[in-house]
Amino acid sequence: MKPFARINLPGVLSLLALLLVWEISARSSKVIHLYFPAISEVVRSLVDLIQSRELVGHLLASLGRFFIGYLLSAGIAVTLGILLGYFRRAYTFSEVLIEFLRPMPSVAMIPVAILLLGIGNSMIVAVTVYACTWPILINTIDGVKNIEPTLIDTGRTFGLGRWKILKRIVLPAAFPYIVTGLRVSLAIALILVTTSEMVVGGNGLGFFILDEERSLKTTNMYAGIVLVAILGYGLNRLFLLVESKAMAWHRGATARG
Amino acid sequence: MSFQVERGEFVSIVGPSGCGKTTLLMCIAGLNPPSAGGVVVNNVQVDGPPPNLVLVFQEFNKSLFAWRSVLGNVLFGLEVRAKLSQDAEEEARKLIKLVGLEGFERHYPWELSGGMQQRVAIARALAYGPEILLMDEPFGSVDALTRLELEDGLLRIWQNLGTTILLVTHDIEEAIYLSDRIYVLSRRPSKIIQTIEVDLARPRNQITTRAQVKFMELRNEIYKQISQ
Repeated sequence: MKPFARINLPGVLSLLALLLVWEISARSSKVIHLYFPAISEVVRSLVDLIQSRELVGHLLASLGRFFIGYLLSAGIAVTLGILLGYFRRAYTFSEVLIEFLRPMPSVAMIPVAILLLGIGNSMIVAVTVYACTWPILINTIDGVKNIEPTLIDTGRTFGLGRWKILKRIVLPAAFPYIVTGLRVSLAIALILVTTSEMVVGGNGLGFFILDEERSLKTTNMYAGIVLVAILGYGLNRLFLLVESKAMAWHRGATARG
Repeated sequence: MSFQVERGEFVSIVGPSGCGKTTLLMCIAGLNPPSAGGVVVNNVQVDGPPPNLVLVFQEFNKSLFAWRSVLGNVLFGLEVRAKLSQDAEEEARKLIKLVGLEGFERHYPWELSGGMQQRVAIARALAYGPEILLMDEPFGSVDALTRLELEDGLLRIWQNLGTTILLVTHDIEEAIYLSDRIYVLSRRPSKIIQTIEVDLARPRNQITTRAQVKFMELRNEIYKQISQ
């Protein structure tokens, strides 16, 4: 997949049309303007907020939490998923627990995390790790468990032991599943970081959005929302870029050709 | 049932579908423990996949590594033997040429036809350098023409490398064409109902060998046995 290869022109046009409708309605009605300040004003205040560095601190705080939480959960969930998928008994022991915890909305754990960790960064990171772990874990387990048995037998007839089969056959075979889990969790990480910041305050984009709303600075609130939207979009693009590089490496490294 | 394969022989097992041919090969390859009895390879009792022995699976499309190119798949056979060196790639390319896939080194398995995929699986097995090659219906799902081609290719390789080959098939003529000896299996409960020495001259030829009276006699005899 080439993330920057083509631009969806009709899609961009309909987004622009929506923004145009927003702009015109905001300018034509005072009531609407109260709730939806014109998008041009929102963009201007976004630029101002960035130039005055007011938003930069919040942005960096959120990004830091996002990356630490996301990468930690990726490391934990992939490792755990491979082991649980590969060793049947380990999975049997943990299946009920996983199926019980997984469907629970992760935001319900925010109070627990506050109780245990207070309202600092570690709490936000912990909640993010918790939430992001499930999709990655489940997909990795699926990828490893659903591996074609003939592939395992192929490794065995070529004289490979259990760990070598894991490394040389199971892992590459499950790779596409793992990537799917990682992609799902990307959005979840952003949700959890923003939500936690709204709850515990202090700094970060989530805090900024809620704080501006409470201060009746609606335009600034929208500026924060737009920034989060851009952030989500950018992170997704970044993921696709890394994914295509990883896929190429994955093939190149294992195939040398 | 009890039978033996000597070093360097080409032996086939023929039998009706569902008589447990695949299970038998899995046991010999040490992938399934036999429910009774035992397998001895090179004077060693089998209780796990023996070294120097590779099984080529019937479902070759499921046994190839989708994330590796043709060259990568064949190199795997060399890698696991820790034979990776400067000339590993050269050797892999030689094997790819041997199975007639020259020019497809950088293709991925899904870009190839069934017959070509099977050749990749065979080349990968040969790269491992096994003394014994077990083959489970290796040409079962390729078209008739490719099949004849692959049979001759396999015979050439066998003669060049001196590998011992045990092949399972339900194709009687294929077994006769390829083998030194054939074990005929009955329906369940399977047992060997006949052992046939194939004394047709080598090198064999798809036209002249199959046209011999002896070839047809053997075919009729085996067919009679199996359909009983």
